[in-house]
Amino acid sequence: MVQEMDLLKRFDAYIDSDQKIEAKDWMPDAYRKTLIRQISQHAHSEIIGMLPEGNWITRAPSLQRKAILLAKVQDEAGHGLYLYSAAETLGVNREELLDALHKGKAKYSSIFNYPTLTWADMGAIGWLVDGAAIMNQVPLCKCSYGPYARAMVRVCKEESFHQRQGFQIMLNLCNGTKEQKEMAQDALNRWWWPSLMMFGPNDESSMHSAQSMKWKIKRFSNDELRQRFVDMSVPQAELLGLTIPDEQLKWNEATGHYDFGPIDWSEFEAVVSGNGPCNRERLATRVKAHENGEWVRAAAAAHAAKVAKRKSLKTDAA
Amino acid sequence: MNSENHQLLLRLGDDALILSQRLSEWCGHGPALEEDIALSNIALDLLGQARSFLTLAGAREGLNRTEDDLAYLRSDREFRNALLVELPNGHFGDTIMRQFLFDQFALLRYECLAAQRFDLDVAAISAKALKETKYHAEHSAKWVIRLGDGTDESHEKIQESLNTLWVYTGELFEPDTVTSYCTNNGLISDPDQLKSQWLESINLVLEEATLSLPSSEWMQCGGRNGIHTEHLSYLLAEMQVLQHKYPGAKW
Ligand SMILES: [Fe+2]
Ligand SMILES: [Fe+2]
Repeated sequence: MVQEMDLLKRFDAYIDSDQKIEAKDWMPDAYRKTLIRQISQHAHSEIIGMLPEGNWITRAPSLQRKAILLAKVQDEAGHGLYLYSAAETLGVNREELLDALHKGKAKYSSIFNYPTLTWADMGAIGWLVDGAAIMNQVPLCKCSYGPYARAMVRVCKEESFHQRQGFQIMLNLCNGTKEQKEMAQDALNRWWWPSLMMFGPNDESSMHSAQSMKWKIKRFSNDELRQRFVDMSVPQAELLGLTIPDEQLKWNEATGHYDFGPIDWSEFEAVVSGNGPCNRERLATRVKAHENGEWVRAAAAAHAAKVAKRKSLKTDAA
Repeated sequence: MNSENHQLLLRLGDDALILSQRLSEWCGHGPALEEDIALSNIALDLLGQARSFLTLAGAREGLNRTEDDLAYLRSDREFRNALLVELPNGHFGDTIMRQFLFDQFALLRYECLAAQRFDLDVAAISAKALKETKYHAEHSAKWVIRLGDGTDESHEKIQESLNTLWVYTGELFEPDTVTSYCTNNGLISDPDQLKSQWLESINLVLEEATLSLPSSEWMQCGGRNGIHTEHLSYLLAEMQVLQHKYPGAKW
């Protein structure tokens, strides 16, 4: 007991002095659990997030755009990999994390439960969804858990390219034909509010926030990050010549920020709890991919075992 | 440029483009995250090769056609890819076997094209493509071995893939005026020689994978002349949808 107290003291001192906690360091159970939950949710979001954009790779309207989109979605798979690896440093394995996802026990970002209906959605996702992800993720590069922080550094490097390619798609559409511009506006209309919801509940109703801030897993509150995102996006929308679908959006001279209208939290709750337009489909797609791959993974494992056995026979004989 | 050269460029470009399109269908649906990444990587390389060859084909024909014009505004009857690359993905083993048979062919073709000095533009594109194809060929060969040697189920499945795809391999070595043009100008070895080299390399891998070469002699051809399987038209309908719906739009 005394020993545990000492360890906790040392852990707290580490956190207070902004030193990184590493995989082998002692950490409180709750800290470990919080990290596993957050990192695995994040990893799941990356791989579920491949689906809405993957939906348009085969239909990308030019070879250049196809190459960029394919590279982008491939990056997201890479992010999934880094993050599963970061989670594995905490004593879980990818297989069990995936199992929790497939059984509907683990969450992922709700934004990916919305459908991608037109090419402009590739623009809106890159611009807004990756934009919001950057807002959320840049502070994580400094989070207290070393392996997570380092994974996020790699992730963030690629995210800015994602946002740029999305904005470029929007810009091309807005400089294009009347139909293209309408497509862009329609995409903004559909993705704006779900993007604001990506920052999570308001601060007063956010369950995990306070403790995570104390542990320096989280560095800024949901509402702070959301405000930054709005402040960043409004001038970008102006540049595109698009209208953000919020009649209450207004510059506030006194605060130096944009005021914006209330978020429909009932929609957020519905999508988080499984009732969004694509929840069932996204999960079913992942489950099917995993099940269809079962025989392949089994074959790879069997082959690896045979190779190892042949090798050991050889060394025995030698 | 003469029409044989144009045909050669279309064959190279279309093989890469159509196979890339097929592989990109896997994105997000692979048997493991690592394979999602690997297959997308290969698709990206192939797409890059396709863009280079189609751009060159467009520039040389003098009709002001871009890579996109050639990719998006031709009908299936105008595509010159081999039938093998347009076949549906099937299961992972089908995709891997298709890739393996093609990679081993592409490797030999690019080795010739990268070494010749008759067409320097093609040599430059091929030199880069050769490096990429070496990696692709290693990836697909490793998987053929894993699946062939792995479990009874995987062995049976991948043998079946080989049996089904086999009839589409003859077309890769079918002699015609374009292959004569290539042989006569030192661009690519003659098809018979290429075929025996190809057989030699695939046999090495198939042996390690404990798979057996199908005995069927009959081969399905047509792609090089624009007579495709029923699958290509659907693939193109999907790929070209926005270009058809919004003619002339820039993206
Ligand atoms: Fe990502
Ligand atoms: Fe991203």
